[in-house]
Amino acid sequence: MSRFILHSDLNNFYASVECLYNPKIRNKAVAVVGDQEKRHGIVLAKNYIAKKYGVKTGDTIWEAKQKCKEELVLVTANFDRYYYISKLVKKVYREYTNYVESFGIDEAWLDITENVKSFSEAFELAEKIRKRIISQFGLTVSIGVSYNKIFAKLGSDLKKPNATTLITPQNYKELVWKLPVSDLLYVGKATNEKLTKAGITTIGQLAQTPCRILKSMLGKNGETLHTFANGADTTPVKKFDEKEEIKSVGNSTTCPKDLKTNEEVRAVICILSESVARRLREKNLWCSTVCLWVKTDDLKSFEVMHKIDYPTNLASTISSEAYKLFKFDWNKTIRAIGVRVCGLCEKPAQYNFFNNEQTMQKKEKFETVVDGLRGRFGYNILKRGSVCASKELAELNPEHVVHSIHPTSYFKP
Amino acid sequence: MGFMTKKYVSVLVLFDELGNKTPKQIFLEDVCYEINKVLEIKNVASLKVGGIGERFKVRINKTETFLFYEKEVEKWFVELK
Repeated sequence: MSRFILHSDLNNFYASVECLYNPKIRNKAVAVVGDQEKRHGIVLAKNYIAKKYGVKTGDTIWEAKQKCKEELVLVTANFDRYYYISKLVKKVYREYTNYVESFGIDEAWLDITENVKSFSEAFELAEKIRKRIISQFGLTVSIGVSYNKIFAKLGSDLKKPNATTLITPQNYKELVWKLPVSDLLYVGKATNEKLTKAGITTIGQLAQTPCRILKSMLGKNGETLHTFANGADTTPVKKFDEKEEIKSVGNSTTCPKDLKTNEEVRAVICILSESVARRLREKNLWCSTVCLWVKTDDLKSFEVMHKIDYPTNLASTISSEAYKLFKFDWNKTIRAIGVRVCGLCEKPAQYNFFNNEQTMQKKEKFETVVDGLRGRFGYNILKRGSVCASKELAELNPEHVVHSIHPTSYFKP
Repeated sequence: MGFMTKKYVSVLVLFDELGNKTPKQIFLEDVCYEINKVLEIKNVASLKVGGIGERFKVRINKTETFLFYEKEVEKWFVELK
């Protein structure tokens, strides 16, 4: 029996929300940007008018202004509001099915197999949802209707904004196969380059390439992409109340000033690690891999990671492991830093032989007390001495910087 | 085209035992407007002044007008010309 799956994508979500709340800017070019005072001033989202002028997500403000031939309205992002509205929209989706799986703040899959009997009914329901989102939230969505999650997602990208696209077993070759292979989920830059080199530029060519060849080129991912391109993906839409497994916990910040010394970097890593460790403990998780992300003043960034000897949820360990990864020749200054941990697990069975359990538990207890104090009296009640060396860095509050908790990848474990 | 203004207002509300709210009076610029009847309640966006919430279509004297309850900020507003 065919499944009926919708993929709903809120168009230009951040910018649309800003335009909804401020009708005066609705017909102007709008870019939502990070906090300029805290030097987070890059374009996070833009409306269609700004897009028309070539304004792109990730542009610096001056780049975006230069591109825009008319006045560009800059609005500082209001994440609390975006999360609030996203939650309300998903609540509406759940009125139709319990199988609602979020894919970021503005996208979700809905499995409506139990509600409809045919593609035409699925299309009608999608239209009903689309119209309801406009009326209730003043926001437009693009919805893809199909029999698997991959084609539903491709469908939502086909017509934008404010449209519903149906991809069936009968028309997928005509609609999907002509699309560039890079449109497919899991075809990133590197995979795209490999496929292009092999002369595979469309999803159709990918689908028609024998699976064993793709496997030899791309490993297991080759097999997966072959399945995706042929519409044979059977990954289910998760039920809303199924706990989303957390894949990694990270925290990054654009520093209040460019960093010029190892000591400053160490202090920022320390602040970020404390926040990451606190959130790990909150979720009763331990990590076995630590990653450090660095962005230099020329906006180039790199990430390094390594596996640690034993799982941890201690800020002191995460911080020292992250700092070990920091090898920099200081021919540039550093603008932003991030600490991320992955390889998450529940309580490890055994601590490392050289770090006896008692010592670790003592450290954990100490950090939990610090968490408790900060929870009751605010972050600034306790600070590490190393952080206080610089006034600007001492003011950095990790509870106010960007958190990222990533759900599992597209695949279930 | 002139824009309408979002005007937050004081509202006298009756909450019933189930928590349903019925606005009774609106206070706007020192004038109290008696709501005769709530004609319709709908979750909608106010595209005229911006915002989302519960829209109460109400009758005041013989005029029908909209009163919004914006849950995000827990305030009531009207769309003023």
